[in-house]
Amino acid sequence: MSFRIQIFAVCGSLLISAFIFELIRKRKMLEKYSLLWFCAAVVLIVLSVWRDLLEKTAALLGVFYAPSALFIIAAFFAMMMFLHLSVVVSRLTEQNKNLAQEVGILQEELRHLRQNSGTRE
Amino acid sequence: MEFMDELRKRLVIVPAFNEEKSIGQVVDDILGSGLELDVVVIDDGSQDRSGEIARAHGARVIKLPFNLGIGGAVQTGLKFALRHGYDVAIQIDGDGQHVPSEIPHLLAPLKGREADVVIGSRYLGARHYRTPFMRRLGMIVISAVNSILIGQRITDNTSGFRAFNRRAIEFLSNHYPVDYPEPEAVVILGRNGFRLKESAVKMRQRLAGESSINSLGAVYYMVKVLLAVVVDVFKTYPKVG
Repeated sequence: MSFRIQIFAVCGSLLISAFIFELIRKRKMLEKYSLLWFCAAVVLIVLSVWRDLLEKTAALLGVFYAPSALFIIAAFFAMMMFLHLSVVVSRLTEQNKNLAQEVGILQEELRHLRQNSGTRE
Repeated sequence: MEFMDELRKRLVIVPAFNEEKSIGQVVDDILGSGLELDVVVIDDGSQDRSGEIARAHGARVIKLPFNLGIGGAVQTGLKFALRHGYDVAIQIDGDGQHVPSEIPHLLAPLKGREADVVIGSRYLGARHYRTPFMRRLGMIVISAVNSILIGQRITDNTSGFRAFNRRAIEFLSNHYPVDYPEPEAVVILGRNGFRLKESAVKMRQRLAGESSINSLGAVYYMVKVLLAVVVDVFKTYPKVG
C-alpha cells in the first residue's frame, strides 16, 4: 500500500470520527445511533494506520490489492448502517401511527365528555 | 335466554377518507337499521368535510391528525372498541358499497360462537356481483394462496365488510396489518388460531369514490399482496388467550 493512500485513509477516518463526535456534542445525533458509526471509524483508522493488519485481512479475504479491502470493509459498514436506519425508521413509523391513533381517540373522548357535562369548548 | 343478551354492545367502524358525498347516507343507514348499533367514523385525514358531515348525522367521529391509510384507520376504531368495552366491532366502508341491513348476516356466526371473525363475501352464494375480469382473476389467485396458507377457503379476501368478536378486537388492536390490511388480516388471523367464517352479503356499486384497486393495477396489486401474505406467515405474534 502506498504511503499516499495510507495518509488519505487515515485523514479520512479521522475526519469522519471528528464529525461524528461533533454531531453528538451538539446533540444532533443520539449516542445510541452513533455507535455503529464509531465502530466503523475506529476499524477504518486502525486498518489504515496498522498496515500489517490490513495486509493480513486482505489476504484472508482473498483480496490482492490491500487498500481495496478498506473499501470492502467500509461498504460493509455502510450496508449495516442502512439496515440499522431502516429498523429505526420502521420503529418510528409504528410509534408515530400509535400516537396519531391515540390523539384521535382522546380528542373524541374529550369532546364527548365536554358535551355530556355541558361545558363549552 | 342469556344467549340473547350477549353481544349487545356493538360498534360499527367506518373508515372514511374524503367520502363527504356518501358518508352522511352511510351513517343514516347504519343508525336507521334498527339494530342497536353505535357508530364511529374514522376520518383518516380527509381534506373535505367527511368528519363534520358524519358528526352532523349522529356518528361519533375520530379525526386522525394525518392520513394513516385504511389499515391504520380501522385499527383506530378497534382500539376505540376495546377501550369502550364493545362485544362486537363491525367494519364497513364509508363509500356506500356495503349495505348496513346486511349486518345481521355478519353477526349470526358470532352469536352462534361459530367464528371469531366474519367476512361479508360478494362472491359466496348465489348473489351476483360484477367485477372487472383482471381484478376477479387477481382475487381468485389471492383466494387460492390464502386458502393454502390458512387451510380454509375464503372467497372474498379484499372485502372490507367484517365483524369481529372481543378476542379478535383485542388481537387486532395490537397487530393490525397496514400494507394490504384486508387480505393480510385474513392470513394473520387464520394462522393465529382465530376462526374465520364468510357470510354471503349483497354489495352495491359505490355511491362515490374509486376502488383503491384500479383494473390496470390489478396484477401488480396481486403480486404485492402475495408477497405480503407469504411474509406474514413468518411473522410471530404473542399468543392470545
